[in-house]
Amino acid sequence: MGYPHPIHPLETPVLSEHFGQPEARTFAGWTARGGYAALRKALSMTPEEIVEEVKASGLRGRGGAGFPTGMKWSFMPKDDGKPHYLCCNADESEPGTFKDREILRWTPHALIEGCAIGCLGIRAETCYIFVRGEYTTPLRILEQAVAEAYAAGALGENVFGSGKRIDIIVHRGAGAYICGEETALMNAIEGKRGNPRIKPPFPAVAGLFGMPTTINNVETLTAVPSIINRGAAWYAGLSLSSPKSTGTKLISVCGHVQRPGTYEITLGLPMRDLIWEACGGPLPGRTIKAVIPGGSSVPILTAAEAEECVTDYEGIAAKGSLLGSGGMIVMDDSTDMVLQIWRLAKFYAHESCAQCTNCREGTAWSVRVLERILRGEGTSADLDLLLDLADQMTGRTICVLSDSCATPIVSGIKKFRDEFEAYLSGARQPALVEA
Amino acid sequence: MSSHQAPAGPVFTPERRARLEEMSRRYPTRQALLLPALWMAQEAHGWVSPEAIDEIASELGLTPALVRGVVTFYTMYHTHPVGRHFIQVCTTSPCLMCGSGEVLKAVLEHTGCGELGATSPDGRFTVIETECLGACGFVAPMLIDDDFLESVTPDQVPEILARYP
Repeated sequence: MGYPHPIHPLETPVLSEHFGQPEARTFAGWTARGGYAALRKALSMTPEEIVEEVKASGLRGRGGAGFPTGMKWSFMPKDDGKPHYLCCNADESEPGTFKDREILRWTPHALIEGCAIGCLGIRAETCYIFVRGEYTTPLRILEQAVAEAYAAGALGENVFGSGKRIDIIVHRGAGAYICGEETALMNAIEGKRGNPRIKPPFPAVAGLFGMPTTINNVETLTAVPSIINRGAAWYAGLSLSSPKSTGTKLISVCGHVQRPGTYEITLGLPMRDLIWEACGGPLPGRTIKAVIPGGSSVPILTAAEAEECVTDYEGIAAKGSLLGSGGMIVMDDSTDMVLQIWRLAKFYAHESCAQCTNCREGTAWSVRVLERILRGEGTSADLDLLLDLADQMTGRTICVLSDSCATPIVSGIKKFRDEFEAYLSGARQPALVEA
Repeated sequence: MSSHQAPAGPVFTPERRARLEEMSRRYPTRQALLLPALWMAQEAHGWVSPEAIDEIASELGLTPALVRGVVTFYTMYHTHPVGRHFIQVCTTSPCLMCGSGEVLKAVLEHTGCGELGATSPDGRFTVIETECLGACGFVAPMLIDDDFLESVTPDQVPEILARYP
């Protein structure tokens, strides 16, 4: 549902069906809604059967990368005699993204069930759910739900009498966007600085505590119980576009729309239906100017591009951007693109872990050059300088934080160059003044 | 800001040590307890002091330098004392373009903090702007201590602050 709004007819509520219902948070309430049937079913399946079901569903990672989930699970070794780990990435911090928070606070048992099934699929007995430190309310709700699941025998040394052991541990982060990067997340759980690791080795070979590990996003794991319950064919049939984009996706829409919130769509829905219909379109008297469709790290679309865009992995890629996390930032004609791009760059500069030179220097200098432009002190060479910096920040570092900073700058200059030039020529008054 | 106030008592009271040991069964290494232990230090003292760093290092068998390195990486651990109530207002782009700057201004004004990072003269509040709180559809989201508030408007600020004596 378009939480906090009622379900819109254009939505397909699967994950979000029970958002806003406090009773769904309890074990009894979740069971009454059909909860834990999928886990019981999965306990009677082999790991291979679980992985095959998820593969056949076409489910792709919902955290941003869109990697096929079943395939990721299949990378885990068999009969290696080592402990395996599942990590659930609940470090939701990508500007514009606030969908996982709704799962954590409204349907924590759906996530627990997904984590438990994931453990069975990758032959792990332990799952760590890494929740960003700022999500205080979701943390409390999730911890309570985990305790209830243990008390009910859904977790622990003998899950529902199956003889199988599954432990779920909620690990609180402490503020750092970069910990949403999978190897940084593992370092944070290990009690280290959250610096991303060089890959290879990939997590399936040597991940958390050096052991084979799979990392999945909250929404990805939460989609698994319904796939086990209703079958891969049902899930794969949920698509309005391409067989490569199956199932439903939570899209958190924020910014300048009448009804911001978390909407669940069948992949392939026209973006026009989502933004201009379900979300109510622009605020009165305004027109939409730009949409960042997949969290702040993806290229900016103009309103014209967004209006023609199909909301799925391929459709957004065809317009030159990415579905990413599904965090949509809608900007209307009141938006100063240069100012907002500067603020995004400032975000990335603040969040850079600083281990790679190109990121540490690139993000900081991008901010300084953008500030110079916003103060009315920019020169005609500054746009080329920003693009050159962006080039040096793309594809040259351990993780993609640096690329993410460059992306809105490059697409911003490409599509809204006139706004930058208005600052350079003095046609637009400085937005920042020297403190 | 005074750079140092001696913390009141050890982090690891019998109750906290018991919690830590209970937690240790969930991790294969001692170092994995570091983030939870630092949260305990902040819960005990309101910040993570040099004394707490030494105590945690010794408790977990780590060097103080390693612990300090970890503390300084994560933005939510305070490395100096802060006001009784710690306020974080999100000003990342999605919030900023929907007016969170005005909310931050009202918070700075009504707390008496005046500027970002400063503690009010009565020691009651410290205010910072924070990066994306992950509630972009609920502008302005704000954290006061562990209370996560949504959709705060500037005119609500005085009434909200009154709840935090």
